[in-house]
Amino acid sequence: MIAEIDISLIDWSRAQFALTAIYHWLFVPLTLGLGIVQAIMETIYYKTGDEFWKKTAKFWMKIFGINFAIGVATGLILEFEFGTNWSNYSWFVGDIFGAPLAIEGVVAFFMEATFIAVMYFGWNKVSKGFHLTSTWLTIVGATISAFWILVANAWMQHPAGMHFNPDTVRNEMDSFWAVALSPVAINKFFHTVLSGWIIGGMVVAGISSWYLLKKRETKFALASIKVGVTFGLIACLLSMWTGDGSAMQVAEKQPMKLAAMEALYEGDNGVNLVGVGILNPSKKEYNDDKDPFLFKIDVPIPKFLSYLSFGKFNAYVPGIKDIIDGGYTTSDGSIALSALEKMRRGKLAVAALANYSLAKADSALFERRADSIKNAATAAESFAITSDGDTILLTSTELFAAKKADVYTRIAESRKQLNDNIKYFGYGYIKEPSDLIPPVALTFYAFRIMIILGGFLFLLFAISAYFSYKNKFETKRWLQWICLISILLAIIAGQAGWVVAEVGRQPWAIQDMLPTSAAISRLATSSVQITFFIFLALFTVLLIAELKIMINAIKKGPQINEQKN
Amino acid sequence: MKNSVLKRIISFYVEGFKNMTIGKTLWLIILVKLFIMFVILKIFFFPNYLGKFDEPAEKQEYILNEFIQRSNNL
Repeated sequence: MIAEIDISLIDWSRAQFALTAIYHWLFVPLTLGLGIVQAIMETIYYKTGDEFWKKTAKFWMKIFGINFAIGVATGLILEFEFGTNWSNYSWFVGDIFGAPLAIEGVVAFFMEATFIAVMYFGWNKVSKGFHLTSTWLTIVGATISAFWILVANAWMQHPAGMHFNPDTVRNEMDSFWAVALSPVAINKFFHTVLSGWIIGGMVVAGISSWYLLKKRETKFALASIKVGVTFGLIACLLSMWTGDGSAMQVAEKQPMKLAAMEALYEGDNGVNLVGVGILNPSKKEYNDDKDPFLFKIDVPIPKFLSYLSFGKFNAYVPGIKDIIDGGYTTSDGSIALSALEKMRRGKLAVAALANYSLAKADSALFERRADSIKNAATAAESFAITSDGDTILLTSTELFAAKKADVYTRIAESRKQLNDNIKYFGYGYIKEPSDLIPPVALTFYAFRIMIILGGFLFLLFAISAYFSYKNKFETKRWLQWICLISILLAIIAGQAGWVVAEVGRQPWAIQDMLPTSAAISRLATSSVQITFFIFLALFTVLLIAELKIMINAIKKGPQINEQKN
Repeated sequence: MKNSVLKRIISFYVEGFKNMTIGKTLWLIILVKLFIMFVILKIFFFPNYLGKFDEPAEKQEYILNEFIQRSNNL
């Protein structure tokens, strides 16, 4: 008898993965954002021939390089964890992850490794045009790498372009393009990369503001701020657009996540969007009658959640209770199944997989013994079997044929049962309907943090751009302070976005297909705890190293002789 | 001709590495990090869980049993 999986093992495995992913995500957005900013600055240098812009671009390249060096390969730790802590999941996803991650590896290695060398070593050695092309290709390579990772993540949120093969117990790709160009993947890519651009713009504006506060490198700082805030403002606007697309994807494909984001327990037509709110900690059950909020203020656009989710102000948005109970009409016109019905179908799928594997084993046995059984039939022995209460005498050949037909019928029937219910396979591992509810408070607050900080950053970029283009930024010390502090806020907004995306889809490792309880390896919890704390120590040391090196580089400054320039 | 191109590429990288300032520290950090990751963490703390099986069929059998048992044990 195999013991049940310990809940603490699931929690520690998730905590370890979250820690690694959060750490990795400190570096990636800055790489994506700063990469574009430095390329824009070098483009200005290429166009104008002004050495000031060359030195400006070189300084930001130095910051980019420090961030890149400390962050490089931290994503590989996530792949280690797949193999060790998430082995069931790794096997189950099969080649779906293999293709995008392999492309990511090749692109990352060849594009980034080749062009980043030209970017750093090639000044005055290659032509200005070739150098500029290399700078752009470095960031294009990094962005393409991010695309393939996000394709893999999007597939976990919305599995597409594959079928489950019970013979190999893994998913196999039917269409590479359905995986790569899934609407969830495209939207996730743009929304995530744009969040990186916002962080890049904010880091440039924040560090430059520090120079202004210190009354040094003024020309460099003002020029950098102009580029940084313009870039950040454009990224914010585009991010709002892609965020709207994300909301629609979530509403359609992950309604429970949307309900958790809004702490919406009971659905309705024409639902308002919560602006700010404090959740009621005494609400413990999804079906108790307690108000989920102690306090809330809706966004002053009526029925906005319905509109954002389905493009119609009167659209029905299901709440957590509705999703558990089922029975409402979904956006595609079908009637939603209850959680219990999905769990029943999931159990059928798992049972069908078990029956299929047994029937396949029997068929293999028959095939192996076919010749010997047929030879034995010449002895014309008779067997008595009972069918519908009658006794029928069969020769061993006839019995063999009947049994073989029975085995193949079992294979066909179990395969059909599996195919009919595979959509609900993951529900076969759900113990209680309430297990399908993600941590509501964490998802709700993380979503508010992302949205509120996103709105704040938009305003900050807009105000900063206004003063920057009016040539008044230098005198606005309050704004410089806000820009400096907002580096941290931009990073928090990006991390909060990932918390919404990943915590909000719990308990699923792969939406509807595999919960985390079935995805993890059977390890000792203590071994996961040990590696968690090893990572915590390692990451802290690396982060301190990065900050120390980066602060030193910032203190040293771009070393531009501004009077001369 | 080919040798000349190869030499130029090699000398491009050699000179680039020689002239690095902060880059030398960063490369040191990268190398230490890669050593910790691949030589310590990967080998001692992150073995491939299914690596204990030699054949793909054995891995498949193991995963199949895991998926069936975990549902049955609920």
